[in-house]
Amino acid sequence: MARKISMRQAINEALDQEMARDPSVFVMGEDIVGGAGGMGEIDAWGGVLGVTKGLNAKYPGRLLDTPLSESAYIGAAVGAAACGMRPVAELMFLDFMGVCFDQIFNQAAKFRYMFGGKAETPVVIRAMVGAGFRAAAQHSQMLTPLFVHIPGLKVVCPSNAYDAKGLLIQSIRDNDPVIFCEHKNLYGEETDVPAESYAIPFGEANVVRDGKHATIVTYGMMVHRAMEAAATLAKQGVECEVIDLRTLSPIDWDTVIDSAERTGHVVCVDEAHPRCSIAADVSAMITQECFKALKGPIQMVTAPHTPVPFSPVLEDLYIPSADAIAKAVKKSMAH
Amino acid sequence: MTAPNSTAGIFPLDKPGLLKAYRTMRTIREFEECLHAEFAKGDIPGFVHLYAGEEAAGTGIMMHLEDKDRIASTHRGHGHCIAKGVDTSGMMAEIYGKSSGSCRGKGGSMHIADLSKGMMGANGILGAGAPLVCGAGLAAKFRGDGGVAISFVGDGASNQGTFLESLNLAAVWNLPVIFVVENNGYAESTSRDYAVAVDSFVDRAAGFGLPGVTVDGLDFFAVYEAAGEIIKRAREGGGPALLECKMIRMYGHFEGDQQTYRAKGELDDIRANKDCLKMFTQRVMEAGVISRGELDAIDREVVVEIQDASAFAKAAPLPTAADLTTDVYVNY
Ligand SMILES: Cc1ncc(C[n+]2csc(CCOP(=O)(O)OP(=O)(O)O)c2C)c(N)n1
Ligand SMILES: [Mg+2]
Repeated sequence: MARKISMRQAINEALDQEMARDPSVFVMGEDIVGGAGGMGEIDAWGGVLGVTKGLNAKYPGRLLDTPLSESAYIGAAVGAAACGMRPVAELMFLDFMGVCFDQIFNQAAKFRYMFGGKAETPVVIRAMVGAGFRAAAQHSQMLTPLFVHIPGLKVVCPSNAYDAKGLLIQSIRDNDPVIFCEHKNLYGEETDVPAESYAIPFGEANVVRDGKHATIVTYGMMVHRAMEAAATLAKQGVECEVIDLRTLSPIDWDTVIDSAERTGHVVCVDEAHPRCSIAADVSAMITQECFKALKGPIQMVTAPHTPVPFSPVLEDLYIPSADAIAKAVKKSMAH
Repeated sequence: MTAPNSTAGIFPLDKPGLLKAYRTMRTIREFEECLHAEFAKGDIPGFVHLYAGEEAAGTGIMMHLEDKDRIASTHRGHGHCIAKGVDTSGMMAEIYGKSSGSCRGKGGSMHIADLSKGMMGANGILGAGAPLVCGAGLAAKFRGDGGVAISFVGDGASNQGTFLESLNLAAVWNLPVIFVVENNGYAESTSRDYAVAVDSFVDRAAGFGLPGVTVDGLDFFAVYEAAGEIIKRAREGGGPALLECKMIRMYGHFEGDQQTYRAKGELDDIRANKDCLKMFTQRVMEAGVISRGELDAIDREVVVEIQDASAFAKAAPLPTAADLTTDVYVNY
């Protein structure tokens, strides 16, 4: 039975259902319960934006508040995963990866290969990504490309509550390390979400809008901007296909290439910086795989090559807009 | 009526020093209470962490510093900025994201900096300041300018590897660096007692070969005297030290925090009995060295300064589109 719930609730529900199903699943992070060691309420926060609220009462002892020591606790999650547990570690803001990156990219990501296929490291690292929260340069980045670059990591970034639930369940069941990116501006977004448990396989993009004139490839919050652009363009007679990648590693090349071949015009939209971005990666692959089908140069719409500014006026300019996406579609189609 | 000028034998500072300390603490309090009120109106974007209640610590330490001395602050940086001499109008405009802000509106509350004042930035990454001040201390040592560098860290952030590594680095290189642990009992909603295994941060310092002192951070004079001693020693080549200030934050972790993790009545008790500013006022008035009238005069000036800062910030121009892509590198 489906009902409308927010992405925040959907993530909470995925954790809830997986903890109920599998006793090896446990959750850790800073203030994910809140109130530890104090004289006030326990579960005072349930995570900095309330995503894990309520779980502590249901699964006592399986939600661990951590000291502010990302290297140690993310590393501990990796180690526990290598020993047969299924930890879901919350890094709060993905920007904090700087503190603990070694444990992610030199340890978790490489065990499988370095140990000749003998290791499994089923750890999930959940973290908030993205701009628009007025949280400035160290709490707003879209660092997905840095993780996609690393062999051995899987990278997920849902655009809505339905996908968030199914992809998080898949992430927990998956036997490789997964970086699960939650856009902080989407927590309140509601969609129809089945109450029962379901998993969405990795590497399957979602075509969120069909169209024959141009293809927009994107993920995360940019899916919403792309849909806005597509709605505007539709009024002008331009039908865009909008592809929500959902998982960035693995990535669904088939759906992307197939659409590019049909439309011949492609716009890659990414909230990350332009250089070595997901947009650049997708553009390169399309050029290599279906150059002949292209009727115009592939366009990239990304954030600029600057840190995320604090001032709301600048931050709004920083984030790729629906208008910029629509313009890019027209630019390609002008060829 | 003006109280007598001599503080000898009663306080470690002369009367102008006491008045300066009061003015600094009062400015911080007024600045933070202004933000608290403005934030509630919905006019201030982003995360805002207030230093109210903790003024005695930052002020007692910074009274010993000059512009050439460097500090690295935390996410709760407004008080450190003000005590280090950063202009309140520029700070306020920064918090509103205006182009006349200390960082042209690009950094916001969590990243206010003024390098000309030796203020190396508030910081959004916990523990990040400790290695940076090791570098500042190293630079001062190379130059032989007698400068010291101070890293502020919360009780929570003191659990970061960066902080613990820095204790050792500063000790083995004998750097003119001081690590101030601002222990306000909480990291967000999590109590210090849960997250820190040792009873005293001084024990941690000892483990790394550093001398350490714990003081009542609500007591301006205790902070002032302890900081004075370790800063003097560091300046003279005596090496790093750790200073733990036990203090209290009067507002939530950030503005909007409901603080249900506190014990019932905890906040009322703080306001009534653990206000470092009230404690300072009481001490200097009871000693008869400063009169109510002298303090009131400072209060009036501070209120005007902060009102002006707030008006300046509200009226200040916004950044323009061209500002988005500047300041990324030195050449653009
Ligand atoms: C590396 C890193 N981890 C987590 C956070 C999120 N965070 C911001 S402030 C804070 C609590 C800090 O507590 P403490 O160090 O005691 O300082 P206080 O807020 O009490 O002044 C946390 C967890 C962060 N900003 N950076
Ligand atoms: Mg604290």
